[in-house]
Amino acid sequence: MSAALALGDDALVLSHRLGEWAGHAPVLEEEVALANIALDLLGQARVLLSLVGDEDELAYLREERAFRNLQLVEQPNGDFAHTIARQLYFSVYQHLLYERLAAGDGEFAGLAAKAVKEVAYHRDHAEQWVLRLGDGTEESHGRMQSGLDTLWRFTGEMFQPVEGLDSPESGVDWQVLESSWLAAVTDVVERATLTVPAGPRSGGWAAGAGRQGLHTEPFGRMIAEMQHLHRSHPGASW
Amino acid sequence: MAAVTAHQTTQKTLGTANAAGGAGSTAAAGETDAPAADHLAAFDAAVAADERIEPRDWMPDAYRATLIRQMAQHAHSEIIGMQPEANWITRAPSLRRKAILMAKVQDEAGHGLYLYSAAETLGTSREELLDKLHAGRQRYSSIFNYPTLTWADVGAIGWLVDGAAITNQVPLCRCSYGPYARAMVRICKEESFHQRQGYELLLALSRGTEAQHAMAQDAVNRWWWPSLMMFGPPDDASSHSEQSMAWKIKRHSNDELRRRFVDICVPQAEALGLELPDPDIRWNEELGGHDFGAIDWSEFQEVLKGNGPCNDQRISQRRRAHEEGAWVRDAAAAYAAKHAPAQTSPRTPASASASAQTSASAQHVEETA
Amino acid sequence: MSSSTDWPLWEVFVRSRRGLSHTHAGSLHAPDAEMALRNARDLYTRRSEGVSIWVVPSTAITASSPDEKDSFFEPAGDKPYRHPTFYEIPDGVKHL
Repeated sequence: MSAALALGDDALVLSHRLGEWAGHAPVLEEEVALANIALDLLGQARVLLSLVGDEDELAYLREERAFRNLQLVEQPNGDFAHTIARQLYFSVYQHLLYERLAAGDGEFAGLAAKAVKEVAYHRDHAEQWVLRLGDGTEESHGRMQSGLDTLWRFTGEMFQPVEGLDSPESGVDWQVLESSWLAAVTDVVERATLTVPAGPRSGGWAAGAGRQGLHTEPFGRMIAEMQHLHRSHPGASW
Repeated sequence: MAAVTAHQTTQKTLGTANAAGGAGSTAAAGETDAPAADHLAAFDAAVAADERIEPRDWMPDAYRATLIRQMAQHAHSEIIGMQPEANWITRAPSLRRKAILMAKVQDEAGHGLYLYSAAETLGTSREELLDKLHAGRQRYSSIFNYPTLTWADVGAIGWLVDGAAITNQVPLCRCSYGPYARAMVRICKEESFHQRQGYELLLALSRGTEAQHAMAQDAVNRWWWPSLMMFGPPDDASSHSEQSMAWKIKRHSNDELRRRFVDICVPQAEALGLELPDPDIRWNEELGGHDFGAIDWSEFQEVLKGNGPCNDQRISQRRRAHEEGAWVRDAAAAYAAKHAPAQTSPRTPASASASAQTSASAQHVEETA
Repeated sequence: MSSSTDWPLWEVFVRSRRGLSHTHAGSLHAPDAEMALRNARDLYTRRSEGVSIWVVPSTAITASSPDEKDSFFEPAGDKPYRHPTFYEIPDGVKHL
């Protein structure tokens, strides 16, 4: 069940971050687009968390160290380019991963088959924006490059085999996943006249990362906000 | 295809707005101009016959101006109205409620879009309207200048604010101006869930713990009177009403709709197990409706003047989002200009959807929608 | 401070299900055709309203003018022989 938790937390946390855009998007059409993606992800999270237990208990009553999401998805929104960089890195990963899960006959095959269609759209949305921001104005080019650079160090963690999806039966070959991801991201980034970041793809801290329940500082504040009301009324139903 | 005609007009009127305005003024001023008088007669006849006025039809300047003002205010209200509710998205107490709230706030962006589009058929642009909003030259509904202090406020907004809005909006589906009426049909259909979710949310709180019940009652106490003010000043003090009624932009008077709303809410409050904060509400057998207490119009005037609890906050957030988004909009426009040749060659709709460049996405849409 | 370049207006046509033609759903702003298609999907089909979308630059549409209404459309009004109800058929004659 730890795989459901890992994938569910990814979707839950990224959905939350995208929800923070409501009322702040650069143009009305994008308000609608970002909310669609957030809603897709929240839907995925609810299905995945329900495989593990009560969705609300899991979302609202776990401590920070019990969350299994990637550090990438918990990173604050930053500017629109930063959000799009996070979307690109994650949606390409999620798309490739879910395609493999959907093709297999593991426990996630069914839900992955449904989610993969949503995620394909998220990936397309991110790619379209990377192209426009990268090859738009000088300012947007700079901001897009900066978003890609800043988040690059959180991308290595995505390819640590997720517990429960680390056997051959799962259908996921993590090394192949990584090289496919790198090729896909490189392709978009280069078409957008941007440069694939050069730095290391993971931090130098040996303790691990999000999948081990080690998160970044902004995450604690994020879940404090998310959980506060629910925790203030123990046992209440909403 | 009336709708196509509608938007062709946008293009036309964008370029010739002044000329059209000139013709209209002549008609209004003189009536000596025979063709203009004919136009006015045709317009009046269409309105009298309950036909819709479409964008390219001749219309009096004042009718056009009234519609632009009202549709702009309505559109602005939708997008400013996102803020008080978005305030609770990150704190929604269950994942189910969070999904509902996100979908609702998203709808509001969508409704703003429909309404700006409808306004654009009259020869104004969204950018122009947003600039006026940001400069404080056009209004939005004052209700959104009140803060959402607790989670129950999300419910109270759904039940009371959306309820009042729906009471106002349903008659607008029959508004004499076609594009506005069509936008309202779509909006009303989509909004029917907004009010129900609010009511359900409050019901859960009212029947929940003592603290939850108190939270719900407090929210209703704070939102009730401002909701009644949403119907606008009393009929004898409303400046625009009479003409709008004659033009069938408006179908019922402010007081008439307000009374209708109170009548709807009284039994709903009872079913909720919550009280409306007005000791003077009682059934009036003679009227066949409820009497209710006097509204404090001085508060309404103060909020309208900009002295509400959140006026500055709402408009600065809107302005900030727009300003911070400028570089994104510019980037996409610059990209489109660079890659323009492939996009702008004229094609029939059928071949456009089949062209190599868009077919992948079109198919994609077919599969996932 | 607004953006220096406004995105153009697009008209959106949605096919609600297979077998039906695309009908006008509304309009939106987008920088280019690809984004217009995506924005249309997000805005006009979020309640499963469609299975296919067309987007057309609003400027590309040529429309008839209300001033031509009489000459365009009235001449069709007095040709009832184009409609099957014009013809009288004896009772009992079937499949006509």
